[in-house]
Amino acid sequence: MSSRPRVVVAMSGGVDSSVAAALLVEQGYDVVGMMMRLWSEDCGEGGANRCCTPDQMADARRIAAQLGIPFYVIDTQEIFRRTIVQFFIDRYAAAETPNPCLQCNRHIRFEWLLGHALASGADFLATGHYARVERAQDGRAHLLKGRDAAKDQSYALSMITQDRLRHALFPVGGYTKAEVRALAVARGLPVAAKHDSQDLCFLADGDYRRFLRQHAPGAARPGPILTRDGQQLGTHTGLLDYTIGQRKGLGISYSAPLYVLATDPARNALIVGTAGELGSRSLSAGHVNWIAGEPPAERFAADLKIRYKARPAPGTVTVLPDGGVQVDFAEPQRDITPGQGVVFYVGEECLGGGIIARSQ
Amino acid sequence: MQSIYLDHSATTPLDPRVLAAMQPYFAEYFGNSKAIHRAGHLAEAAIEGARATVARCLGCLPADVVFTSGGTESDNLALRGPAQYARVHDRPFTLITGPVEHAAVAATARQLRDTLGASLRVVPVDRTGRVNPDDLRAALRDLPANGIALVSLIHANNEIGTVSPVADYAAIAHEHGALFHTDAVQSPGHLALDMDGMGLDLLSLSSHKFYGPKGAGVLALRERVPYLSAQTGAGHEDGRRAGTHNTPGIVGTAAALEIACAGRAESAARLSTLRQRLIEGVLSAIPDAELTGDPADRLPGHASFAFRDVLSSTLLMHLDQRGIAASSGSACKSGNEQPSAILETLGFGPQWTRGGLRLSLGRSTTAADIAAVLDALPEAVAAVRRIAADVRSSAPA
Repeated sequence: MSSRPRVVVAMSGGVDSSVAAALLVEQGYDVVGMMMRLWSEDCGEGGANRCCTPDQMADARRIAAQLGIPFYVIDTQEIFRRTIVQFFIDRYAAAETPNPCLQCNRHIRFEWLLGHALASGADFLATGHYARVERAQDGRAHLLKGRDAAKDQSYALSMITQDRLRHALFPVGGYTKAEVRALAVARGLPVAAKHDSQDLCFLADGDYRRFLRQHAPGAARPGPILTRDGQQLGTHTGLLDYTIGQRKGLGISYSAPLYVLATDPARNALIVGTAGELGSRSLSAGHVNWIAGEPPAERFAADLKIRYKARPAPGTVTVLPDGGVQVDFAEPQRDITPGQGVVFYVGEECLGGGIIARSQ
Repeated sequence: MQSIYLDHSATTPLDPRVLAAMQPYFAEYFGNSKAIHRAGHLAEAAIEGARATVARCLGCLPADVVFTSGGTESDNLALRGPAQYARVHDRPFTLITGPVEHAAVAATARQLRDTLGASLRVVPVDRTGRVNPDDLRAALRDLPANGIALVSLIHANNEIGTVSPVADYAAIAHEHGALFHTDAVQSPGHLALDMDGMGLDLLSLSSHKFYGPKGAGVLALRERVPYLSAQTGAGHEDGRRAGTHNTPGIVGTAAALEIACAGRAESAARLSTLRQRLIEGVLSAIPDAELTGDPADRLPGHASFAFRDVLSSTLLMHLDQRGIAASSGSACKSGNEQPSAILETLGFGPQWTRGGLRLSLGRSTTAADIAAVLDALPEAVAAVRRIAADVRSSAPA
């Protein structure tokens, strides 16, 4: 047995995970490449789906060979379909807008794949995420934003628990995307600007509405478009067709521009209103994960991201007796969406996050 | 890391003695066996010597031995030769085979049905993967008049190790006027082969399965077999397989077969003992594990299992990470684990058919290797099951 620490690197064939693997090899780790084959539509041999094509597998295999590391593809289709795709369908059926990447990073990457990594004798699981882990004196791992602010992916990692993060390595998190490309070029690794990994990797065509109509027909039932005070202005085509804050495409004329304010799943209603009615100053969230294992205080100031690409907004987080949180923003937020993650930052550090239950 | 190779049914390392026998025929005695000059004579002499050796090991005549590029080609020629002969002579052709044949036979049989209109009859197997003689008799009923019929059944199954009584099958085939071919690719060095004694008409071998070179094999083909070669060209091998002789491969085949046959009884006894220890250890240490294939009448060095709720490729990855090279007999490298068609045929349910494991022992295998596997395998199976159960219980929905 080698005395060097062993690390499994999750390879996708893309530039980020390839550079991550190369850096680990150079740093002297005993590196093993693994690729998860995830369930997706249209993903048989010769299927059209972009995230799972044999091409990417062949790329990853070639890169592993170039780096001189073993490489395995691990069949993750069944567990991914059961825990991530079904979750996505179920939450939409409940009129929420889930972020399956949060769940996937928690349960598939840092539970399933990490489990296989540890079981095969590895000490660490590395991915190509733009985020950083800092290990404190007391052994606790802290999750920091990636150095490239534009590429930071800590949001998607916010639901990982402390005992998992301890085993995480993000070798490219200290670099910008441009630097990573340069590192790839310098090592003769392919940098072909293939698509960055897409959010909903299991869709054949990226059209989640089409997918949901197929798998959660209940979420595509037409229903009333109502104002806050219950006046019906028209009929919607199914709640899944709308996003909170949306203005265009409502198909109704009104004295002032109308925005989607909320959904009312009990009545299958879409609630609309004018710009003045839009936005809330607070939200409540459940399923809260504290990366440190516990909140820093019962109440603390933080920067808050309410979706992956949202700009962080200042506010206050208050821990509730049931373990959930209430978040109060300094400024009203227009697109607080139940089912999305709200992620807490203090400076560069990601403290964790929760799943938005409702705006208030 | 320790390295324990338990995939001898997939391929074996070249025996150094075989390599030494082959060595002169790459560069020194490189002549074309068909050439008039002395370099050609030297090659021809080596090939004819090899042919005599192979014939002696197989219990047939030197003239029955056709050198090929391996087991797959031998199976192809064995099935296509009689089928094409029947076609050219305008006689109906019937092919009788089983559901657990190697793909080289199964896929060829399907293609002969589709291209030459062969009538294909598939005889069922029992839970061990063996054809019941009465089922074979039933399948041989009502053969077309003036037709040619060929029965092809595997001698020892590569995935599940079951050995079939091919001498009995050959006798039944002959009673019905049919020919008998067996894919004996797994047999040399493990099972006795005697074409005369067993009444075999055609037999396929692959040299790399018995410590010979890759890219070489044998089709043993009795003179009585109606045959029109599917590999045409100049008249090599008496018109039965065209193509310049692979002299080193042929010399290596004969050297390897001779060593395998000479050491067979001793090797089989040694490997059976180790295999039995392995099987008993696995079945007692791992819950929800079943032996696949026949418990007793199986290849001496072949242990195969099915594990409930395990994906073969994942298990093989963990074994490889522990320094153990194994196979499932059907696992794929692309992470898209399909059920084993053979395990399905044997009646295993969907929770078992993607969890096959094959551990095939060979000359290098030691008692310490078996102990190491019995140490690592239960842990690996448990880990694979535990990880899936953990994610299922903690994940939403």
